[in-house]
Amino acid sequence: MQSSHLTTIVLGTSWGPAEWAAFRRGLIKILVITNLILGAYYLLWRGAVSLNWNAWLFALALFGAELYSYIGSFLFGLTVFRLRERGEPPPAPSGLRVDVFITCYNEPVELVRKTVRAAIAIRYPHQTYLLDDGNSPAMRAMAAEEGCGYITRSAVWKGFDRHAKAGNLINALEQTTGDFVLILDADQVPLPQILDRTLGYFADPLVALVQTPQYFINVPPGDPFGSQAPLFYGPIQQGKDGWNAAFFCGSNAVLRREALARTGLRFFVRDVERRIRRALREADTVIRQAERRLTKADRQRIAPALRELRRAVAQARRELDRGDTFQEVTERFQRRAEEAARMVVAADLQQIMADLAEIQAVEAAEIMRALNDEALLAELAARDRSPLAAIETVRQLIPLLVNEAMDYLPISTISVTEDMSTAMRMHATGWRSVYHDEILAHGLAPEDLRSALQQRLRWAQGTIQVMLRENPLTLPGLSLGQRLAYFDTMWSYLSGVPTIIYLISPVLYLVFGLLPVNALSDEFFWRLAPYLIINQLLFAVISWGRPTWRGQQYSLALFPLWIKAVTTAAANVWFGKKLGFIVTPKTRQAGRYFGLVRWQLMMMALLAIAIVVGLGQLALGWRSDGLPVVVNVFWAVYDLVMLSVVIDAAMYQPTEEQ
Amino acid sequence: MAPEFVKGALMEITVNPVDERTAVVQLRGRLDLLVAAEVKQRLVQAVNEGFRLLVVDMSEVSFVDSSGLGALIGGLKATRLAGGDLRLASVGAQAQAILELTTLNRVLRPYPNVAEALQANL
Repeated sequence: MQSSHLTTIVLGTSWGPAEWAAFRRGLIKILVITNLILGAYYLLWRGAVSLNWNAWLFALALFGAELYSYIGSFLFGLTVFRLRERGEPPPAPSGLRVDVFITCYNEPVELVRKTVRAAIAIRYPHQTYLLDDGNSPAMRAMAAEEGCGYITRSAVWKGFDRHAKAGNLINALEQTTGDFVLILDADQVPLPQILDRTLGYFADPLVALVQTPQYFINVPPGDPFGSQAPLFYGPIQQGKDGWNAAFFCGSNAVLRREALARTGLRFFVRDVERRIRRALREADTVIRQAERRLTKADRQRIAPALRELRRAVAQARRELDRGDTFQEVTERFQRRAEEAARMVVAADLQQIMADLAEIQAVEAAEIMRALNDEALLAELAARDRSPLAAIETVRQLIPLLVNEAMDYLPISTISVTEDMSTAMRMHATGWRSVYHDEILAHGLAPEDLRSALQQRLRWAQGTIQVMLRENPLTLPGLSLGQRLAYFDTMWSYLSGVPTIIYLISPVLYLVFGLLPVNALSDEFFWRLAPYLIINQLLFAVISWGRPTWRGQQYSLALFPLWIKAVTTAAANVWFGKKLGFIVTPKTRQAGRYFGLVRWQLMMMALLAIAIVVGLGQLALGWRSDGLPVVVNVFWAVYDLVMLSVVIDAAMYQPTEEQ
Repeated sequence: MAPEFVKGALMEITVNPVDERTAVVQLRGRLDLLVAAEVKQRLVQAVNEGFRLLVVDMSEVSFVDSSGLGALIGGLKATRLAGGDLRLASVGAQAQAILELTTLNRVLRPYPNVAEALQANL
């Protein structure tokens, strides 16, 4: 028994696909664990004895980059540890009310028409709607010709933040009544069976989302812009699925409306509470500031009122903790604040009347508007004002705040990647998601480098926004596996700075002789080599049968984009700055986009110079450090190969231009 | 003032004025996504007609879903912005459960009956 079983494993003769899949999943688990152990074995030694303190800045920087990668491979390993291959979907129950939403903004009408026709032709009974955020008459006419529902923003959006695609979906959800919604980008042409293959999963009443891959049919051979994401729409989403953390990617997904609505309500309540707490915090700051500014003459008169006010803030916090309704908390606070104000009014009626007129509405409203803008808020709280004015401001602030905030949104608006954020919120509310790995729509990818980079920048910016606004590590309601699965995606977008360190390292050695390690000893190689080999092996097994080389090149080569994404998203979240765009370069010549990849080209030049310097000096006998030079030249060549992807991309010309 | 009827497919909405500023909104049927938009619109309209305190009588609502609750939030916002309030009365077990599930009971506190909702002082 035992030996024949072993023979089967070794020869793999009588194995079908199911056995191989199980074998692969087991192998992944073994490799993940081996990789973590070998990585720790290497990095502990690196940190303890190998750092070259003569070049300490460089040594620490490289060690930091290696730690970053190790944590990344831990998160990635964890994500794929429970890889879930779902196979055949359960049959779709009949009689569900399903809407198909096609979101468009300013795409060519004929392109959208293709999607509309295919959507109408979906076999499972449904209603099709075109969500035209561009509000264009041509699009409206096309929808009418095709017999497709047509939705534009209702009047209530006038004068308010439109929230781009999230707003477009929210608006349509308000005007439709399907229990399930299939969402399609304007250029994602669905196959007729898309609903039959996905609706079955909703038999589980807790399933909120079924996501299918995004696959692009216009990608030229070699995929110059790295548009396909076979690793993401495959092992990564399947791995996340294993942790119930597969997330919504904006298109080719079916959502349960009740899940969206319920999640929206939950987060609405959470948001109101957060606003009240922040307002109370600001109130505290304002009061303390006022206390510090009290003149001797004022002290007797006003200090008791301020003390009273501070007590009211503390009391309100206690009531929130206790779970009182927001209205009770805020109205009681208001009443206490009014009493405090009256204590002063008795003392100095005239002055407060004068102050009142000026402050009341204006200032409180100003603070309220600033609540989503940390910098402005700090400035307002620190503003010089009389103690009396402080009391009034605090008193006015809270009711304004609560009333204005009253609005629940079924789609998250905290990020430009509303899809990921909404999915994470649904997971935090207890819903389940499914990743169904079957191509059920044929999409179009950007056909020029600028749009491709812009799209990549948006995804990265949106992900960082979510990380900074609702970090999965701390968001209540998520399981540990979900936290880490979401954090994995965010962590991977922080690779910009570590990549620069990796790229610059061989240059520093070959040109300046700076070595980050004490010595390239045998021990160094014996600790590093197994780690690298297992790491690559793991990646190979995970991406088995899927082309991932382009993706690997781009995740390294786009380091300037990742850095830009992090800095702009942070500036947006913390200082209310607008998210940046890819600026069309002035140096564009004849359809070539070298300006877009100038940082990469500079880095390539540096690496090339370093190789020439290192090998040249060695050949001329100016240096005798043969082995380290060879190692670093090898490293630099690898970097060059990875970065070379941007040259192909910048020079790419579509063969048939229209 | 005579009661006014607005008939929906599955939901009957009646706005019964108590005084110039106050009305009891009687809902009959299922408060779900099919009628959410209509209910919200009717509540907002009541505020536009001058009512400041709306008490929504839920005693004859057989089922509530999240979209239905969303409609009530829409009404609440309208009353609050006008300086008033919206209160729920006679909430059934299913509605109470979903209020708690969504934690919306921190925003919309249910009152045992219409009379108490009308008189309540916070």
